[in-house]
Amino acid sequence: MTNLADERKSEVRAYIAGFSSALLLSAASFGLVWWRPFSPATTLALVFGLALIQMIVHFRFFLHISFSRSSRDDLQLILFAALIMALMVSGTLVILFNLRTRMM
Amino acid sequence: MSANELRHVGLNLADYGEITQPEAESAIFGFWVFLMSDAVLFALLFATYGTMLQATASGPTPASEYKIGSALAETLVLLTSSFSFGMASIAMKYPSPGAQQPRLLGWMAVTLALGMLFMGLEFHDFLGMVKDGALATRSGFLSAFFALVPLHGLHVLAGCVWLIVMMVQVVHFHLDARVRINILRLGLFWHFLDVVWVAIFSVVYLQGLIH
Repeated sequence: MTNLADERKSEVRAYIAGFSSALLLSAASFGLVWWRPFSPATTLALVFGLALIQMIVHFRFFLHISFSRSSRDDLQLILFAALIMALMVSGTLVILFNLRTRMM
Repeated sequence: MSANELRHVGLNLADYGEITQPEAESAIFGFWVFLMSDAVLFALLFATYGTMLQATASGPTPASEYKIGSALAETLVLLTSSFSFGMASIAMKYPSPGAQQPRLLGWMAVTLALGMLFMGLEFHDFLGMVKDGALATRSGFLSAFFALVPLHGLHVLAGCVWLIVMMVQVVHFHLDARVRINILRLGLFWHFLDVVWVAIFSVVYLQGLIH
C-alpha cells in the first residue's frame, strides 16, 4: 500500500515538474516580447527556440513519450510525422517566399 | 515503477478481463496515428499563415489586432487545464475505493471549466477583432488567421463535449476497460491541443507582436 502511495506521489511530482517548466518557458517567451531586451530577429529566434523546448517538455511529461524501449513505436510515429511536417512546411515557405521575391 | 506504467498513466488493465493489454496498446497507438494526421493539418495551416503574414492588403495588421495580455491569459488557462487533466489521469490510475470516483470526476470538471474559460476568452478576442473590421474576408493574412486559430478552438470545443460524455460514462458504467481507454485517448487529445497552442502563441501571437 505504501509502495502504491509512493508511486502515485512520484507521478504527481512528474506532472508538477512538467507543469512548472512549461509555465517558466511560456513566461520567458512572453517576457522577451514584453520587455524586448534583444533585437527583433534575436527575439523571434529565441521565442521559436523556447517553443520547441516547451513542446518537447509537453511530450515528455504530459504525453509520456520518452526514449525508453517501451515507447519506441509511438516515438517512431511522432518522429516520422515530424519529418513529414518539416518537409511540407519548409517546402511551402521556400517556394512561396521565392515566388514573392521574383514578383517584387 | 516500470517504464511501461509511466508511458500511459492509467493503462493498468490487469483487473479488467474484457480487453487485454496488447489490445489496449494498439487502441492507443491508433489514436496516436489520428493525432499525428491532425498535426499535419495544423502544420500546413501554419505554413499558409507564414506565407500570408505580409498580405495585409493595407488592412488590420498582426500588431494592431493581437493583445499580449489575452494571449497570456489563454496560455495560462490552457496550461493549467493540461495539468488538471494529468491529475485526472492519476486519479483514474489509483481509483478511489468503491464504484463512485469523486476525485476523477472533480479533476475532469476542473478541466472542463478551464476549457470553457479558454473558449470564452478566445471568443472575446475574435469579437474584438470583428469589431475592428478584421474579418476573414478582409485580407489574405486574416483568412489564414481565421483558418488556423479558430480550428484549434473548435478542437477544444470537441474536447469539452468529449469530457462531458466521458464524465457521464464514468457515472453510469464506472471505470470499466472501455471507459478507461477512452479517457486515456481523451487525455492524449487534450495534451496534444496544448502542444498546438504552444505553436499558436509563439508563431501567431508573439511573432505578430515583435516589431
